[in-house]
Amino acid sequence: MKSTFTKIACLFLLVGNSITTTAQDINVLVQNVKKKIEKVNDYEAEGTMKTNVAFLKIPIAKIKLYFKRPNLLKLKSEQGVSFMPKGAMSLNLNHLFANQQYVIIDGGNEKINNQLVRVAKLLPNDDNSEMVLSTIYIDPANEVIVKSKTTTKENGTYELNMYYGKYIGFGLPDKILFSFNAKDYKLPKGITFDFDDGSSQKAKTPIAKNKKGQAEIYIKRYLINKGLSEKNFQ
Amino acid sequence: MWSLLQIELYKISRRPRTYIAFAAIMAIVLIFQFAFKADGQSYMNLMLQNVQDNFEIDRSKAINGYFMCYIILNTLLVQVPILVALIAGDAISGEANMGTLRLLLTKPVSRTKIILVKFIASFIFTIVLLIWMAIFALLVSMFVFGIDDMLIFRVKGDESQIMQITKDDVLWRYIAAFAYAAVALTVIAAMAILMSVFAENSIGPIVATVCIVIFFTIVSNLNVPIIDKNVKPYLFTSYLVGWKGFFYINANADGQPIKGSIENWPAIRNSLCILIGHIIIMLGIAVAAFNKKDILS
Amino acid sequence: MNPIVEVKNLSKSYKEVDAVRNLSFSVNSGDVYGFLGQNGAGKSTTIRMLMTLIAPTEGTINIFGKTLHNHRNEILSRIGAVIEKPDVYKYLSAYDNLKLFAKISGVKPTRQMLMQQLEMVGLDQRWNSKVSTFSQGMKQRLGIAIALVHNPALIILDEPTNGLDPQGIADIRNLILNLSKLHGKTIIVSSHLLSEIELIANRMIIIHKGEKIVEGDVQELLDPSKNIVQIETTNNEAAKQIIALSNFTEEVKQSHQHLHMQMNKNRVPDLIKYLSDKNVAIISVQSKHSLEDYFLNLTKSN
Repeated sequence: MKSTFTKIACLFLLVGNSITTTAQDINVLVQNVKKKIEKVNDYEAEGTMKTNVAFLKIPIAKIKLYFKRPNLLKLKSEQGVSFMPKGAMSLNLNHLFANQQYVIIDGGNEKINNQLVRVAKLLPNDDNSEMVLSTIYIDPANEVIVKSKTTTKENGTYELNMYYGKYIGFGLPDKILFSFNAKDYKLPKGITFDFDDGSSQKAKTPIAKNKKGQAEIYIKRYLINKGLSEKNFQ
Repeated sequence: MWSLLQIELYKISRRPRTYIAFAAIMAIVLIFQFAFKADGQSYMNLMLQNVQDNFEIDRSKAINGYFMCYIILNTLLVQVPILVALIAGDAISGEANMGTLRLLLTKPVSRTKIILVKFIASFIFTIVLLIWMAIFALLVSMFVFGIDDMLIFRVKGDESQIMQITKDDVLWRYIAAFAYAAVALTVIAAMAILMSVFAENSIGPIVATVCIVIFFTIVSNLNVPIIDKNVKPYLFTSYLVGWKGFFYINANADGQPIKGSIENWPAIRNSLCILIGHIIIMLGIAVAAFNKKDILS
Repeated sequence: MNPIVEVKNLSKSYKEVDAVRNLSFSVNSGDVYGFLGQNGAGKSTTIRMLMTLIAPTEGTINIFGKTLHNHRNEILSRIGAVIEKPDVYKYLSAYDNLKLFAKISGVKPTRQMLMQQLEMVGLDQRWNSKVSTFSQGMKQRLGIAIALVHNPALIILDEPTNGLDPQGIADIRNLILNLSKLHGKTIIVSSHLLSEIELIANRMIIIHKGEKIVEGDVQELLDPSKNIVQIETTNNEAAKQIIALSNFTEEVKQSHQHLHMQMNKNRVPDLIKYLSDKNVAIISVQSKHSLEDYFLNLTKSN
């Protein structure tokens, strides 16, 4: 009987202990990730962006990405008419942590691309915060965010998948997959007087049904902490 | 033949009516340009719809000379047939009305030649009209609004699309589009001449041609499935807008437009063949009817 | 004499109407040929067939010894015509109109030649005025200048004096006579007025309801021996029989009140006496010596 009690107590203790340990870990991990990100005061990045939205047939854009702490971020196309996704602010990982008033909930472990990641959910305390909930997936070894899902009040849910290369030391990805909810685009019929070449009667491609929009951003080069002027953000 | 054509062009050039068309085109284009210079944004908003919820778009860049020309052509090419009909519809009937047809047909020139010369003259008029249009709608727009990538808003069946053509890939499309428009408008010219053969005054064939074009265009654009399938392919007006095909850029599997490509060249080629077929048939009927016609005017 | 125009069995019918029926005539070189008929008699239709404006239903037309159907352009290049109203391009000047039609007629016009032509019809002072400012007479003269600009051998003038004032009519008449006498042109002139034809034509045809009534020499048709005598008697039936048995005339026609016959007017007193002797009382006698009456009579009695 005693042994049974001891066993149960041990079990509780174990479980309790493990929870506390994990909770500490996740907090520490998030703090470490944050510290890493905060090493970067500003950057200017050059790269390309490919937009995958069913109704948009637009070329790959040459882009520049400007960042300045704490919350200035600008995605610019270098030439031509451009379609810049509106949720680009979330590319700034700082904004996840910009507000100290959040609760971190441990989401346990998951596997992304055969890589074990830690999941943390950030819940802002401030009711007025635009962010409702953010889930981040952290590569614990490199202390970088490989994926984040942010639900906002106004602009739906954004998802970021990040792939790191030589700038991993600054927590800056080489490739970002930025997913968002693209609203369906529908022009009223007859407004455009279009040429009906008969092709619309053929079977539709399944992509057309996909309402998910995605921007693939490839960064070739970062210029980090060179003291960016604020006029780049206008 | 050449001297006859010269005479025909001379007659067209000496008539005040001819210049109505040029003035009308210039006025419409300038009004368009003024309107878009003043408030092009609201048109852009209409076309972009809720895309702006997801994307940041530099609308002032999007309203550039290339885009303007497309918008102007889109509207103008509905009206230009009227202007072509104004000249071509008058070709035979105007002379009948004036009484000069009598004199003309007692000259040692075959009636076939007269019809063909009048047709060629109307064709040349159409070309000159299009060049005039290109100068104002394209060149002036390019000058006033600048040059940038071009956005095409398209309704394709049940889908809507936005296509982007980079600025270095646009000009040849306009040249092709204007050439196509020349063929399309020549159908109107041939039809107006055909009508003209049967009339003794010029109002009749002009109005008849315009009515047919308007009626067919309305039916072409009804968007009723049963008509789209069974009637639309047989209306030549469905092919008048084929010039737009040159702006429907092809995209790769990833949705990236391929520079220098056209999505559906066979459709454009077929449309061209159908239009040219219309020209040949209508001109043929006009020649046959005119040769048989007793001139009683 | 070689006929320049030879028309054989020409017919034109529209859906219900026969505009021209079985018409044959010929115009000789140098003729001023009068084409006489009331409005709607078929003159215009015939002339339009000569000018290929209307295709005949039946019959053949030979001009300059060739069939019109097969040698249209060749023949038309040697004909000048004014058909009905002399309509030209109103928005062009007289000079430009003349130049334009000279070119279409296959002539390379020089300024001197065009001005000469305009001078001939008295339009040289107004050569640069738009035709829209011209009077009917000026247009008619310009029409004639256009008809003559390529120096045609055959000239066809359809009602050339229509709408002209007396002076204009006289001018046109003199022009036609000049063209015939001085330049040796063959001219076909149509009119509904016999007085016109009488003054200028040497040969003529009268048509009525699309058919030929008579064709011949104007002098011959004007011969006093061919006068028409119209009488009214107390007994037309008896009179007709009596005359038919006599040698006064070859044929007696009867309309409701009158008898008509072609005879020498010098024999009218003898005819009256002859009928009186046969107990036929004369109410009235009329001798018609002008071609006009002849024309009116024939067309009426038909």
